[in-house]
Amino acid sequence: MNEIACNAAPAPAMRGPNDYKSDVKPVWCPGCGDFGVVNALAKAMAKMALEPKDVAVVSGIGCSSRIPAYMASYGFHGVHGRALAAGAGLKVARPDLTVIVTGGDGDGYSIGGNHFLHACRRNVDMTYIVMDNRVYGMTKGQPSPTTEPDWDSKLSPDGTGLREFQPLVIALTSGANFIARGFTGDPNGLAEIIERAVRHPGFSFVEVLSPCVTFRPEQKEWKKVVKADALKPTADMTRAARRLLRDTGFELGVLYAGERPPYAPRGPRARRPPSELEARFAL
Amino acid sequence: MKKTKLPRTVEEFMAYAWVMEVEASDRYAELADLMATHHNREVSELFAKLARIEGKHRDQIAAQMGWTRAPDAAVFRWETPEGPETTDFGDLHYLMQPWHALKLAEHNERRAVEFFERFAAARVPADVRAAALEMAGEEREHVRLIGEWLAKVPPPEPGWDEDMDPPAVAD
Amino acid sequence: MQHSQDPGAGQSARSVSVVLAGSGGAGVMTAGNMLLEAAAHAGYCALMTRSSGPQIRGGEAAALLRIACEPIECMEDRFLVLAAVDWENVQRFNAEIPLGRSSLIVADPDQGEPPDVFLQSGAARASLPLKKIAKSVPEGRANMVLLGALAALLGLPDDAVARAVERTLGKRPAALSPSLAAVAAGRAAAAEFAARFPLAPPPVTRGPRWLLTGNEAAGYGAIKGGVRFVAAYPITPATELLEWMAPALAQVGGTLLQAEDELASINMAIGGSYGGVPSLTATSGPGLSLMVEALGLAVAAEIPLVVVDVMRVGPSTGIPTKSEQGDLNIAVHGLHGDAPHLVLAPNSVADCLGTTQWAVQLAEALQAPAIVLSDQFLGQARAVVDRPAELAAGPRRVTAAAGAPGYKRYAVTPDGVSPMAIPGTSGLAYTADGLEHAERGTPSSQASDHFAQLDKRRRKLTAHEYGPLWADVEGNPASDCAIVTFGSCTGPVREGLALAAADGIAARLISLRLLAPLPATRLLAALEGVKRVLVVEQNHTAQLYKYLRAECDLPGRVSSLHRPGALQFSPGEIRRHLAEWSRE
Repeated sequence: MNEIACNAAPAPAMRGPNDYKSDVKPVWCPGCGDFGVVNALAKAMAKMALEPKDVAVVSGIGCSSRIPAYMASYGFHGVHGRALAAGAGLKVARPDLTVIVTGGDGDGYSIGGNHFLHACRRNVDMTYIVMDNRVYGMTKGQPSPTTEPDWDSKLSPDGTGLREFQPLVIALTSGANFIARGFTGDPNGLAEIIERAVRHPGFSFVEVLSPCVTFRPEQKEWKKVVKADALKPTADMTRAARRLLRDTGFELGVLYAGERPPYAPRGPRARRPPSELEARFAL
Repeated sequence: MKKTKLPRTVEEFMAYAWVMEVEASDRYAELADLMATHHNREVSELFAKLARIEGKHRDQIAAQMGWTRAPDAAVFRWETPEGPETTDFGDLHYLMQPWHALKLAEHNERRAVEFFERFAAARVPADVRAAALEMAGEEREHVRLIGEWLAKVPPPEPGWDEDMDPPAVAD
Repeated sequence: MQHSQDPGAGQSARSVSVVLAGSGGAGVMTAGNMLLEAAAHAGYCALMTRSSGPQIRGGEAAALLRIACEPIECMEDRFLVLAAVDWENVQRFNAEIPLGRSSLIVADPDQGEPPDVFLQSGAARASLPLKKIAKSVPEGRANMVLLGALAALLGLPDDAVARAVERTLGKRPAALSPSLAAVAAGRAAAAEFAARFPLAPPPVTRGPRWLLTGNEAAGYGAIKGGVRFVAAYPITPATELLEWMAPALAQVGGTLLQAEDELASINMAIGGSYGGVPSLTATSGPGLSLMVEALGLAVAAEIPLVVVDVMRVGPSTGIPTKSEQGDLNIAVHGLHGDAPHLVLAPNSVADCLGTTQWAVQLAEALQAPAIVLSDQFLGQARAVVDRPAELAAGPRRVTAAAGAPGYKRYAVTPDGVSPMAIPGTSGLAYTADGLEHAERGTPSSQASDHFAQLDKRRRKLTAHEYGPLWADVEGNPASDCAIVTFGSCTGPVREGLALAAADGIAARLISLRLLAPLPATRLLAALEGVKRVLVVEQNHTAQLYKYLRAECDLPGRVSSLHRPGALQFSPGEIRRHLAEWSRE
């Protein structure tokens, strides 16, 4: 509990960002970008005046997947790579909830890659925030799909030699309805992006550059390289695709805000009593 | 880069100043927690103290303005990623020394001075200018106080950031 | 092996256990590793495990060491020394650091009182102003001072400690002399405690010793068995095995490929093996759960494969950094359908080498997947052991030579093993299939083919002559009591049994290395004349006990001693349980 109470109390119905954080202290390393995401997420939720009880934060395995415990909302810390599946199931079963899926680049683009592709296709109304630090942090420093090809590590000495996974490209071509990139060093900008993502119907994908101070200390330089507001949203996929051809990976903002209707079960629906089904069997 | 809307009244201006102190104080409190989790007690206590100090500044502004509720400061945005007095999470190190923490605080106060001086130099009403100059003066005093504090704190020893142990794995 | 449980001050002991604890960059793991190496250079055997908080850096940490004259495979009942650089949250480790009246808590008086939970043991206390002493040495560090003090306490010679420090800091010469100076300062400061817990001199003649972890031993064993392709996906506590193999394979002409997940890694390994290259992957419980479908494919298509499961506490994500023997069920029964395969378990750090090598040999010879059940304790413990004995080269994969048409990949042979055609061999092209198949390999839905192939696949495993490696059979063969166990429980059971001799208790000990197919005939032969059997294991539901009772008629009264992770059994616990058990 933050004992620094503000004497000028906020208006009764309004919650501040701190009301969206739990009292569990994060164990992330000092310098970790993920702290910025907690703050941005809390700020966005406060701005939208969401009820914490109506929000669920779903994650997989990894440093950034620890986020659910740090938010005051409901949380689900599942198995490695399957957060999008769990989130989709939750949202389809409970469309009244706001579902926010979180995780890292390893959890999301490697073991979760298949689910990422299909989540974009399926376009369930939820928001996916990936904290990308281009490394597997929790297992002590192996290359992830977004790691540069020549980054040396014990598991892949001299680098993987592989072209990096392109999350925004995959998201666009697979049908995600909202695509953006943020940076933990710009938490206010990120809070705005998250707010827009949550408000936007369908599958909203936010890739967040989040430096890993322990395994990728060189990422401290990112704050000098990122360009805020460099992406301007378009609803035209072709335009967005052309924009991506010039993408450096460090341009922030909303790339694409489309108009695909979000996933909804098709066909006529009703609420008849189960016994009426017996008509199908009765001779 | 988003432009900060220039305040048209002293009330608006002091709202910016108030938010700046709130964010600074909240951030120092967060940093105190996170350093405590990493067993860096000295720096944790230092950040906690800075949180209290900024909290006092915040309360002084509210008292001075006679506010009973938080001002509506949602209309503006910082030009920098966060408020001028808010410490960047990325500038921390789990082995940092009190000296480092105070240097960060000093940097924050200096940026606050510049922030207010920019307002004073901009096209604002005279009473806002006066308020901005007054705030700049106060922040300069803070810079001086931090400087005094720094002088009493030993500079970091060489090898302060050396940890012979490799990172641990928790998952 | 003799143990001094309560040595008088100055009385030498053949085994001493110490803990180094501290937080926030204190470097206790490094100091612990140096102490381990110093003991090695001084001629001792040793074992070290680690515990840490959830933080990736700067968290609370403890290095737990046992140093002994003879080879050791587990921790003791009590630590004689708990030495702390600071007390930040060290009490979280208290269940793993049992102390007693003869123990000594060494602490820096400027760091506050040791937590009550340690003081309650009645241990004596010693003050050592580590930080002050460190400051008195230019660039001195408290963990090096602590190392020197512990070396003094245990009577470890200077040159052994110096060698260990030099080896660790060799890449950073600037750090070397301040560290040695700090070690010397620590020794001097601890002079009043010198040789408080002296180690007896190590045996003069001793064969070559190795310093390694179980994960490294398994990696080397795999290479010795012939593995030249590894597919890897990181997971605690198996990642180091894979990371060790990456450069090792490159050195012997093999390759490691990092996969996107466990579904990929297991299928990649199967692909490599189908191509004729002995292949392996390593994982832990959650990964094994993902792999079971593909393991079934390897069974059905008769493709050799080794999967090392470094077991951690389950179920689900569990406790990734702690040990448990909870994957026996899934290893033996996790495949759908009737899918006989091999399951083996090394029973010590050194045995990880031989058992993994044997697993590769068996998998290749019998054309089946083999799961090696290692665990976090064995996998991550750093041990100084006698150089493991060489395993004889085993039978290799039976391959088909280029020849006449009409090759039957899955021919029903007397021993159940049918020669495997390796791609690139002319005239023998076939399609490996998870679908049930006829002898030619073409898919078949005929009941008769299904029965013939099921029988073939089972027979090749059950008819095989496994030789003496199936278990370690020890203890008193005349006794009518027997203990059956596997894996890392073997160490505490062995030592507990030795201690129980003083109570007049004797028993046979069978540490199973081959768990599936269960060598029931040999097991029953080893239990001939036994009236009471105790099954010891580290899981919550007595998985081995139930498995043994299901697979064979164990003689006499059978009881179970089982407890889940995250704590290992200790020899004293086993001894006490044996005393109770013998009275039943």
